[in-house]
Amino acid sequence: MEEQQSLWQFMVQQSDKLWQQTITHIGLTFTALLIAVLIGLPLGVIIARRQKFAAAVLGFAGILQTIPSIALLGFMIPLLGIGALPAIAALFLYALLPIIRNTYTGIKEVDASVVDAAKGMGMTDGQILLKVQMPLAMPVILAGIRTATVINVGVATLAAYIAAGGLGEFIFGGIALNNTNMILAGAIPAALLAILFDFLLSLLQRMQLKKMRRLIVVLPVIVTALSSFYVFSATDKTLLAGFTPEFMGREDGYLGLKSKYHLNIRNVVISDAIMYKAEFEKKLDVISGYSTDGRLKEYGLVTLKDDKAIFPPYYAAPLVRKEILEKYPELASVLNLLAGKINDSIMTELNYRVDYLKQGPEKTAKDFLIEKGLFRRPQNGNKGTVRLGSKIFGEQYILISIYKMLIEGYTNLRVETKTGLGGTKICFDALINNQIDLYPEYTGTGLLVILQAPKQQVAKLMGNKDSVYQYVRKEFKKKYNLTWLSPIGFNNAYALMMRKEQAQQLNIETISDLKRYTDRE
Amino acid sequence: MIDVQQLTKTYHDTVAVSNVSFSVKEGETLVLLGTSGSGKTTTLRMLNRLTEPTSGKIFIDGKSILSQPPEGLRRNMGYVLQGYGLFPHYSVSENIAIVPKLLKWPKEKIRKRVDDLLYKLQLPPDQYRNVYPNTLSGGQKQRVGLARALATNPPILLMDEPFGALDMLTRFAIRKEFKELDELKKKTIILVTHDVHEAFDLGDKIGLMDKGKMQQLAAPPELLFHPANDFVKSFFKQHLFQLEWQSIRLKEIWNDLPEAGNDIHATLSGGHSLWEAMKELAKSNAPVYVSDEKTGLRKEVTFEHLKIAIQKQKEQN
Repeated sequence: MEEQQSLWQFMVQQSDKLWQQTITHIGLTFTALLIAVLIGLPLGVIIARRQKFAAAVLGFAGILQTIPSIALLGFMIPLLGIGALPAIAALFLYALLPIIRNTYTGIKEVDASVVDAAKGMGMTDGQILLKVQMPLAMPVILAGIRTATVINVGVATLAAYIAAGGLGEFIFGGIALNNTNMILAGAIPAALLAILFDFLLSLLQRMQLKKMRRLIVVLPVIVTALSSFYVFSATDKTLLAGFTPEFMGREDGYLGLKSKYHLNIRNVVISDAIMYKAEFEKKLDVISGYSTDGRLKEYGLVTLKDDKAIFPPYYAAPLVRKEILEKYPELASVLNLLAGKINDSIMTELNYRVDYLKQGPEKTAKDFLIEKGLFRRPQNGNKGTVRLGSKIFGEQYILISIYKMLIEGYTNLRVETKTGLGGTKICFDALINNQIDLYPEYTGTGLLVILQAPKQQVAKLMGNKDSVYQYVRKEFKKKYNLTWLSPIGFNNAYALMMRKEQAQQLNIETISDLKRYTDRE
Repeated sequence: MIDVQQLTKTYHDTVAVSNVSFSVKEGETLVLLGTSGSGKTTTLRMLNRLTEPTSGKIFIDGKSILSQPPEGLRRNMGYVLQGYGLFPHYSVSENIAIVPKLLKWPKEKIRKRVDDLLYKLQLPPDQYRNVYPNTLSGGQKQRVGLARALATNPPILLMDEPFGALDMLTRFAIRKEFKELDELKKKTIILVTHDVHEAFDLGDKIGLMDKGKMQQLAAPPELLFHPANDFVKSFFKQHLFQLEWQSIRLKEIWNDLPEAGNDIHATLSGGHSLWEAMKELAKSNAPVYVSDEKTGLRKEVTFEHLKIAIQKQKEQN
């Protein structure tokens, strides 16, 4: 980071994006709110009149309210795909309960003698509803709409997870990139929107009772106007990409795609958790993923060749404390048995077995070693103990299971595993503090996260996997007295991916090929 | 004008109104009197079908009301209720204009009628037209409620405890005004109350109800002096003294009163009750004078005269 940017500078610099996200945010919030009012209000009226449905309707809306918002968004994907539609549907469901409940309560609470008088004077049911019950219930109904609005502004930040845009793009991008300015650039406007709408609605709510009659006409107009902010983006024929919030903000990500490839691909921001599924369901054409992810196999995806080398190589190799190698000289050669044995597609296959076939890392590891003719029964030796660590995801579990079997099969050493060490920082700290002896690390992570190599250095090394490996090997030895053993063979790097059929059909093999289908001049 | 035959209302197993029949002539005031739970309000509410009868017939001007749409029926009957039932979000004039608007009267006609009613009910239009009910006193609210019921000058007025929410003093004052109001003189009125004095003060006929049944339906003095059963007798017993005094008019004891000079100022007329004469006496502790409306003859009234008159009335019955 060359220079610490202020929040204000960030917001000014990103004002276009910020403005667009804010508009989308308002649009999502109020479109959902409008539909919730259109459906919730009549529903509230109906259950106020037909008491026997009240418990069922309120109960059902209450249950919807208890579904965690991210889960509700998740449920929407198979039904409605990704983008604005499922986001609005989820927001609508959240807004429903406060509106139905307050309409119901508001109408129930209207002074019975007033309703009696209205009836006694010969007003029809419809006239009583529109001229008496609704205006008198309006403060309570408005309180419900107010609650729903604030809930919606908050939940709408999660819309960024399913490619619906909004201020969540900045918030989740900022969290992924550890960029506080970016988080605040999304969080502050979202909070301000909530406060602003809450305040405006509170003004309406406090308006004198006598003006409530006019409000019945004015309110739908206001809500409709606000929701019309949101115009569903016209779909065109160019390819649509889905990128994670983190990818959007990285130099070795979307920024690099723009600056190095001059790629102007139509894109949406989407959560990593649902991106692959959306790609599979043809809601997206191109996604940013990890090249050894088991889902590549699950969904029949291919990675595009990074022909201009913007993604740094992430070759995995065991990172080991030098003392343990000196203490047990046989260890290095055993660990190196795996060198070059696992390429991208093998790793993808192994990940697929663990993540999708639910085989368990130990079984997967054993099967793999047997296939390769490397498996040996444990010697149950007692020469000493080696402590293996792993980060908290499947691929690492598989790798340390393999190493454990190799060490116990080929030496008299015993293995103690410490799996599930949160992330890079925790694993690395455990290693240098002599809590573990080795764990599998990736060259790109070593370069960018641990060493935090200067930008020019990174640019120089970027294209060549060997030079990156040599660089981290040298620097780790010098700085931390740690040893990188030989790379295992696969490269778990960022990659753009497409469905196999579509890539073949469009004849796309490299990222540069994408330009033929994306440029919008 | 109104003819009710064997009206019955049951809720599940409870009988609220049982086999009630009565008729009210045009211009007459019928008071339905009874304690709470006696079925008087239910009976009233069946007349404009706010409550649908379980069985029985109701005719107005010979036509069965059960075969008409209830909204149209209600628009042609004034309805005044205990809680006033004013729309809190409507101004005074808008409240009064509700039924005329439902009947699609032209604007100008509505405006004139509203002002006219406000004027008659002693709510100066310029001062009260645009205020909202929450700023009005109980008595003022009651007047607006009455004006609203009278807005389209309906021939029939249904009143459910119209003075029930007012304090004693206001109640007397409003009742007095109410009796003197021209608008009400030609109306056929059915009024529900639990207040015996109110019933005697306002009713041409009183229907005393208990446990859903009509115990006796008669003119006020008859209820007192010829109770139909023990319930009627005991119901009025506690109020008897005052009621007797209220049920007799000065002109009925005219012959027993001494003559007075024609230039003496008279504060009472022959239509006043003995009760009112006694109230007048209590004010000054001196004799008061009554004049005959037709002849203008004056007579003197003292407490002694009144007591003798009551005694005589009792002996006669």
